[in-house]
Amino acid sequence: MNWTSTDTWIVVVGILCAVACALPGCFLVLRKMSMMGDAISHAVLPGLAIAFIITGTRASVPMFIGAAAAGVLTAVFTQWISKLGNVDRGAAMGIVFTTLFAVGLLLIRQAADNVDIDPDCVLHGSIEFTPLDTVAIGNLFIPRAAIVNGSVLLLNLAIIIVLFKELKLSAFDPDLADTLGFSSRFLHYLLMTMVAVTTVAAFESVGSIIVIAMLIVPPATALLLTHRMVPMLVIATATAALSAIIGHLSAIIVPTWFGQTSSTSTSGMIAFAAGLLFALAWLFSPLEGIVTRRLRRSCDLQDPELSTN
Amino acid sequence: MPSWGDIVEVLLLQNYNTRLVVLSTTLLGIAAGLVGSFLLLRKRSLMGDALSHATLPGVTIAFAIMVALGGDGKSLPGLLLGATISGIAGIATMLLIRNTTRLRDDVAMGFVLSVFFGIGVAALAMVSRVPGGNAAGLESFIYGKTASMIQSDFIIIAAVAGIASLVSLALLKEFLLLCFDDGFASSQGWPTLWLDIALLALVTAVTVIGLQAVGLILVIAFLITPPTAARFWTNRLLPMLLLSAIIGGVSGWLGASISALTPKLPAGAVIVLVAAVVFLISMLFAPARGVFPRIARHSHLRRKVDRQHLLRAAYEILESLAGDDEVRNTPFPIEALQLKRAWSQRQLKRVLRIARREDHLEPAGSGFLRLSEPGFGEAARITRNHRLWERYLIKYADIAPSHVDRDADLVEHILGAELVSELEADLETEIDERELTVPVPASPHLIQTEPPAEA
Repeated sequence: MNWTSTDTWIVVVGILCAVACALPGCFLVLRKMSMMGDAISHAVLPGLAIAFIITGTRASVPMFIGAAAAGVLTAVFTQWISKLGNVDRGAAMGIVFTTLFAVGLLLIRQAADNVDIDPDCVLHGSIEFTPLDTVAIGNLFIPRAAIVNGSVLLLNLAIIIVLFKELKLSAFDPDLADTLGFSSRFLHYLLMTMVAVTTVAAFESVGSIIVIAMLIVPPATALLLTHRMVPMLVIATATAALSAIIGHLSAIIVPTWFGQTSSTSTSGMIAFAAGLLFALAWLFSPLEGIVTRRLRRSCDLQDPELSTN
Repeated sequence: MPSWGDIVEVLLLQNYNTRLVVLSTTLLGIAAGLVGSFLLLRKRSLMGDALSHATLPGVTIAFAIMVALGGDGKSLPGLLLGATISGIAGIATMLLIRNTTRLRDDVAMGFVLSVFFGIGVAALAMVSRVPGGNAAGLESFIYGKTASMIQSDFIIIAAVAGIASLVSLALLKEFLLLCFDDGFASSQGWPTLWLDIALLALVTAVTVIGLQAVGLILVIAFLITPPTAARFWTNRLLPMLLLSAIIGGVSGWLGASISALTPKLPAGAVIVLVAAVVFLISMLFAPARGVFPRIARHSHLRRKVDRQHLLRAAYEILESLAGDDEVRNTPFPIEALQLKRAWSQRQLKRVLRIARREDHLEPAGSGFLRLSEPGFGEAARITRNHRLWERYLIKYADIAPSHVDRDADLVEHILGAELVSELEADLETEIDERELTVPVPASPHLIQTEPPAEA
């Protein structure tokens, strides 16, 4: 294996992005809205296309604004359809994001004569190329993706620290939050905006699959290991960071098993690594792991004092 | 612009080039509409989303195996088999997570979606470098290639869609039970786990063929949008299933035809947009559960309630003016009405306007109103119903006379003539002789005529 500074940067960007997603992801999972990340990451397509058609460039600021706006709109439309039409929220989400995605595809096809935005490339941005796009700060050349994802991470962290009590309350009991004077509606849209901005920032630089996986899998892993909010956030953060490291390592190592020399997709492997960590927690969680539960049961049976009770 | 002849030719499936595409998306729409209805009722609409992503590793691995065995790697049955196997693995993981942890359906779906898709992306990156294999077409398998469908593709799609539709109709009763009350189903001895698996197998089949026809993302819409649109039109399962199948079929048929007639409109996207338009119309205008009809029903009921409140208030005012004498139809001040009900100026004005239009009220000098002849009769009838109901509640529901007014108010507006005569019969002993001769019995509680004292 040949570890270079490029690999270090990839891992750093991966960690920043994974943690930035895992933090709001905890609240999404608690609010039973895990699929929102997936919905938003598909629904931003028309935002990108419209931003491009209006400005005529692929500059990242208008694209970012267009995508983030489309992401927030997804949340708003989903809420409207499920409230007004009395529709199951999952179904509402599915209708909104597939429709927006279809609109995006049409817009891109209409503009495709003079453009090269590729829907595939929106869905698979690639973390491997992030170290090539650097910004000079003093003597240091820092990848732009590290700065973007790092700022999003700080922003998410700041919001969660400042509004921790409110977010927690409205995740568990939105009605109580309302009666205590914290608008659960405002908190809902704040969280959705956080998710939209995080999603867009991350996949513009590193690809959407990391985002979808990191919004769900580390929080789900943490939920298997603890029943408390702060430990959940900490464990989710640790899982996310660990997935990024293991993911990049296995992206380099796994192809050699099949006789290939070059590495495979780091994004995909990060998602896979998160899945493995989840599986470990699933089997061995001290609270409710499958294996732990089985062991405990057989211990209980052997222990004469317990079995007489 | 295509000519009329072209349009008719495509829509009626007479154009050889587009016939297969239009027919297969129509069949797919029908099958997805049927299967998707059960998913919607089971509140698992996004299952199609998770499943379609979960097929990616299967597709790439099937490709790699076929290349390793010396094939060209892109034979459709092989890829479909791979997709099905990894879809089933995804479902198994989902059900396992759901049944062995506290995590809910949405987390299980999100987990399978992202992890399987991640594995697929990583595998695809490796497979595309396999020497001898040409993976370039694999992308188009994943993102749909509606326009380039050939006869053998069509036969597979038509067969799978047909079988899926037939099976979902054959298991109609079982799925119905599963969707509405799975606890009851399992207590009655139905194998709910196996039914769940059968349903998800149907979803897998539809997703896998849809993947090929309209692409990874847009097949999700096929499973969700038609059933959700159909749900607005009816509260019964069978009509909903039929309607959902029709909406799915029509979206597939129209969408594919429009796309065939115009350049640069990808079929999958047009189909999804046609379905979305149907959904929007259904959501806004469907009589059974649509938004506007519901608002209309709501305001109709509110008007009815307001009218009854107004007339009863007028009657009670007249009663208080009459003292111990028989209640007579005389003019009364408008302000008295405002003391009876917490109406704002605007609400009062609106209510009065309606009453005047119905000829129940007529002005009697400045600041005074009078009930018209039919208005007085109606007011007496409404007051009588209210008091009968109050007495019933006091007698049979043990509600304190001081609280009975509000409780009666919750129900009286929907009292029918039959119920009223039943109440009369029931309360005959309760109401004394003198009261039975007058049309309206006395109120069982004190009626407030003065404004409440400032606290």
